[in-house]
Amino acid sequence: MTNVAITDAPSTRPAYGSMSSDRRWALRWSYFFLVLFAIFFLMPPIYMLITSLKTSQEISAAGNPWWIYNPTIENYLELLTQNHYLTFFRNSAVVAVCVVIITMLISVIAAFALARMKFWGSATLATGVFLTYLIPETLLFIPLFKMFAWVNETFDIQLMNHWWTLIILYPTLTVPFATWIMIGYFASIPKELDEAALIDGATWMQTLTKIFIPVALPGIIAATIFTFTVAWAQFLYPLAFTTSTTELVLPVGIITTLIKGDVFNWGQIMTGALLGAAPPLIIYAFLMDYYIAGLTAGATKG
Amino acid sequence: MADIAAPSSIAGTGDSRSSLHKLMQRKSTVAFLMALPLILLITILVAYPAGYAVYLATLNKGMTRFVGFGNFTFLFGRDTFWLVVYQSCLFAITAVIFKALIGFVVAHFVHNIPSKGQRKWRGMLLVPWVIPPAMSTLAWLWLFDPSYSAINYLLQPLGIDRIPWTGEAGWARFSVILVNVWIGSPFFMIMYLAALKSVPEQLYEAAAIDGATWWQRIWYVTLPMMRNIIAITALFSLIVTFANFDIVRVLTAGGPLNSTHIFGTWAFRVGIEGGDIPLGASVSLFMVPILAVAAAFILRDITKRGSEV
Repeated sequence: MTNVAITDAPSTRPAYGSMSSDRRWALRWSYFFLVLFAIFFLMPPIYMLITSLKTSQEISAAGNPWWIYNPTIENYLELLTQNHYLTFFRNSAVVAVCVVIITMLISVIAAFALARMKFWGSATLATGVFLTYLIPETLLFIPLFKMFAWVNETFDIQLMNHWWTLIILYPTLTVPFATWIMIGYFASIPKELDEAALIDGATWMQTLTKIFIPVALPGIIAATIFTFTVAWAQFLYPLAFTTSTTELVLPVGIITTLIKGDVFNWGQIMTGALLGAAPPLIIYAFLMDYYIAGLTAGATKG
Repeated sequence: MADIAAPSSIAGTGDSRSSLHKLMQRKSTVAFLMALPLILLITILVAYPAGYAVYLATLNKGMTRFVGFGNFTFLFGRDTFWLVVYQSCLFAITAVIFKALIGFVVAHFVHNIPSKGQRKWRGMLLVPWVIPPAMSTLAWLWLFDPSYSAINYLLQPLGIDRIPWTGEAGWARFSVILVNVWIGSPFFMIMYLAALKSVPEQLYEAAAIDGATWWQRIWYVTLPMMRNIIAITALFSLIVTFANFDIVRVLTAGGPLNSTHIFGTWAFRVGIEGGDIPLGASVSLFMVPILAVAAAFILRDITKRGSEV
């Protein structure tokens, strides 16, 4: 299974000299259906782009919704100069970066301890990490909400309605996942490697930083990308824990500020959503192979 | 709270008394300290809240009095609750089945084409999974708009009259499942593609020599070889789908008339928006049995594979 997860190598199917007509037809059908599925999968983002380039007059006109008659970047300009959009973007970016740093520090070190050093209860803890990874945020937000209210009453620290609260909350989702992936990657490193390092007099910390981190770098990159994506996309926690316009992050900010009552400013909503989806998409475009390796590792490494 | 992050506990060996020093040198102590931030985080922010939810569920609305199973009996007597149970199961099971089917089919098509083009297709088909669900659901909401629906525009020439995508109970249920399938099936596709590539080519050659049809190849070679991954992916997806929040919240907010509420969104409505935290906690606890069963199956699979290696 390990090979599947890490090296997603192209299949080495022998190239037959003459393709039978049977296979040629199979190939044509494959392409035909792939195109159909690609249309289905890419329709919403493309429609986001189309709408974002329209004026509000054109959006409410009766013409073909799939065609842009008067392309304009008005929506982008308006959004990037007002409407708190930049605040949302900044909040999202700061939260995501902090969560990535915290998560990777905690999980890489803990995963190393769990995968290699073994202590009393480490096997149970590894299972526990996996179980917490399966606990969804929809189960945790109400007790956390109440706990934060209690912290406010007892210690007079207001955790509610601050964007930085999310930096405390998101690791509940990202740390178990990242630790789980990293345990898998570290466990696949040959034992001889760290034994040799220990014989040479390296401390455990040196073994981790000099050997394990460099060797497991693809895994670390995959875990980092995933943590970032989760932190960027999280919707329930900010919706429950932040309300002031200055404290919102992107997904919640777009929905609460751009929709006023029943008035939907679709041009701006689509622009905001598209720009909000851009950071994960850009990262994905450049690091697709790591992304896919992480995706398959998360579940199959198990 | 931020202290949890810093691995300062490792450096905190100020006392140089020899016995303490020796203790610090021991492998298991070092390992425990390295895992300590993780343990603290899981205990304080995951395990404790999960237990606390059970306690909260036994309180009255003002959280002043213990009512035992009062909240649960109250829920059992409400029609909305049973509607939510029904919809949660329908939503999760239907969505997972369709995600698995579409993922399987698309994975086969991608696997069929020459390998040098596969990366490009795979990259394109995974896009729905990468876009934050709240954002892509907004796009769907706009595609489903009652007066300007771009999908209805495309369906019109086919003779299909305006479909009330989010306005009518049956269609709204269909819509939330459709969006969930759209977001989730690329994940299945990637998992199945990785599994397809791990099936040894010799097996297919042997099957071809025995004169197997394409259907027999899938049924007797591909499926048995992929059984583990199919099971584990479906279980994972079942957990995530069952506990979904974003899609339903953005697309229908539970409406029309609570017909699309699932446990997560209804718990939010009751607990946070309705101000009845104990009742909200009780609602969300109903996810636990299904999550526990799925988790038990996944764990069994993992330990089984662990002992095989």
